[in-house]
Amino acid sequence: MHLKYESFVREPLVDGDKNYHQITEDIVRPIEQKPGRMWYVGFFFSVVLLAFGVFSVFWEVYFGIGVWGINRTVGWGWDITNFVWWVGIGHAGTLISAILLLFRQGWRTGVNRAAEAMTIFAVMCAGQFPIFHMGRVWNAFYVLPYPNTRGALWPNFNSALMWDVFAISTYFTVSLLFWYSGLIPDFATVRDRAKTKLRKRLYGLASFGWTGTAKNWQRHEALSLVLAGLSTPLVLSVHTIVSFDFATSVIPGWHTTIFPPYFVAGAIFSGFAMVQTLLIVCRKIMGLEDYITVGHIEAMNKVIVLTGSIVGVAYLTELFMAWYSGVVYEQDAFKWRIMGPYWWSYWAMMTCNVVSPQLFWFKKLRRNIPFTFFMSIIVNIGMWFERFVIIVTSLYRDYLPGSWTYYSPTWPEIGFYLGTFGLFFTCFFLFAKYFPVIAIAEIKFVLKTSGENYKKKMQPIHEKSTEEFVHEQAHH
Amino acid sequence: MAIKKFAVGCYDDEAVLFPAVEKVRNSGYKLHDVYTPFPVHGLDKALGHKETDLHVAGFIYGITGTATALGFMSWIFTSDWPLNFGGKPHFALPAFIPITFETTVLFAAVGMVLTFCYLNQIMPGVKKHVFHKRQSDDLFVVVLELNEHVSEQEAIDFLKSTGTVETSVQIAESEWWYGRFDKEEEYEKLNATV
Repeated sequence: MHLKYESFVREPLVDGDKNYHQITEDIVRPIEQKPGRMWYVGFFFSVVLLAFGVFSVFWEVYFGIGVWGINRTVGWGWDITNFVWWVGIGHAGTLISAILLLFRQGWRTGVNRAAEAMTIFAVMCAGQFPIFHMGRVWNAFYVLPYPNTRGALWPNFNSALMWDVFAISTYFTVSLLFWYSGLIPDFATVRDRAKTKLRKRLYGLASFGWTGTAKNWQRHEALSLVLAGLSTPLVLSVHTIVSFDFATSVIPGWHTTIFPPYFVAGAIFSGFAMVQTLLIVCRKIMGLEDYITVGHIEAMNKVIVLTGSIVGVAYLTELFMAWYSGVVYEQDAFKWRIMGPYWWSYWAMMTCNVVSPQLFWFKKLRRNIPFTFFMSIIVNIGMWFERFVIIVTSLYRDYLPGSWTYYSPTWPEIGFYLGTFGLFFTCFFLFAKYFPVIAIAEIKFVLKTSGENYKKKMQPIHEKSTEEFVHEQAHH
Repeated sequence: MAIKKFAVGCYDDEAVLFPAVEKVRNSGYKLHDVYTPFPVHGLDKALGHKETDLHVAGFIYGITGTATALGFMSWIFTSDWPLNFGGKPHFALPAFIPITFETTVLFAAVGMVLTFCYLNQIMPGVKKHVFHKRQSDDLFVVVLELNEHVSEQEAIDFLKSTGTVETSVQIAESEWWYGRFDKEEEYEKLNATV
């Protein structure tokens, strides 16, 4: 056994007087209790939104894509905007669980489960848009490369859109596996303390019969580490490939090499904002303030201010490159972005993404929960506008002034977007009720090092001089 | 698949578990397994377990994915159905890289998770005996296998001497079987008489 001492400079990750059993109680309690009224109200609204979304999609499939506002000039509108927005949101979960695992960031343990769930639901929402954007959605399976009766005609593997198919589906699968492999031991915890027969049976199935022998855990650790190692380049590749959808084209405003890092930073930025939105509500309603502490929220706000600044630099670089390139089409694209009929979307993006996150340089504001909640919404609005600006304002004034146009969405497009919110929150409400929202085993693992009550016990060691400490520990 | 008799000792602290595991290994009792609610670092070494080769399996699956994607795309675009995309080369390696990378990750991840399940013998519908309800909560459970040459009482006394908080003798299935966790098994009725 090594000494469980961690510097007092580090904030505790688990507040309050906890032991292993108390952790189980706190996290499993919401699963075993009847949900509160807030849950039913929220769930009902989500299902209503989802139903409206399904109706909007039905309308589009039945009457054809002409019911949307997109036209020959603006071929990509809200659909692709929403796709990129949702995929971006789906980046925080894997970033938290994979990259922060490799960086040995202890605070990830409190938030990774919920963030990964959010990732999976966000990618599910994102996937709807390109599929229904195809128009003849019943032919969507043409993107799959399988020996077929169309003369064995294959999809074009050189196309960025095809890369996207592979990237999104791989990302979804790997995130799901990573998430579920972490859930198996926690389902076993729920199963072993289940009082009702049905719960025992269902969680018994979900836990795959996990018992947690030393060898099981050794393999589990190895699996988590390798999956984290695989997911790290994966999460960076996904938004890189999404940005290739634009960057490999020859549209002014899209054809830039800055897109991959700029998109990835933006994805992390919006993903963390969505994690904040969800977890600030979750910790309050489910009484998990001891596990998702103000320290966790501050850590995420630091990521937000960093990635927000990267995005800001990218916006300015784009403007500089447009001017410096000397290409009139490029310069005009940016002129019409800033001063054209869509000026409001550009400035909404600039305000929400570049100016407002800078407030997080103040420690007081980073640790202020209502302010963080407000900012997380602002950031997500800003990131939606970023995608709208990139897509629509690069298209609406193209090479031929005769085909210049103005695009606004119709109700089935808006309904489709609202419907994905319904899908997202329906899934999230079910997750919050039936799944352990915090990784129980992982929290137990860090408890004796980073729990508030255990850290206090280290006070005598903390007060020792370095020489004394080294002398005492020398025999270990 | 065999029903055996076990002596079960439960500990509530890792700091007590480690010396206990060492004593068990030196005692000559047959150690069935140690169950913990979370990964306890160093326990695998204390038990003399080798490092797992799961990473190696992951690497092999990954390489398979790389080879599959690259081979498949090259075959399609150079021999099965060569298409002319704006006069670009048929074997356009840089354009194949994104899909090759994604397939590598996909194969490695899916393969590893399946291997993980196989090695641990876990699957939906599989049931294993749970020696203590709190082994996934806050207890560290050491299980010794008993046979006719070992006295139950001695084994229990030995476990108690290592600092257990709870001990018991149980008759249980030592392997997994297809079953439901809400159903009591036949042998569990025997436990009442132990």
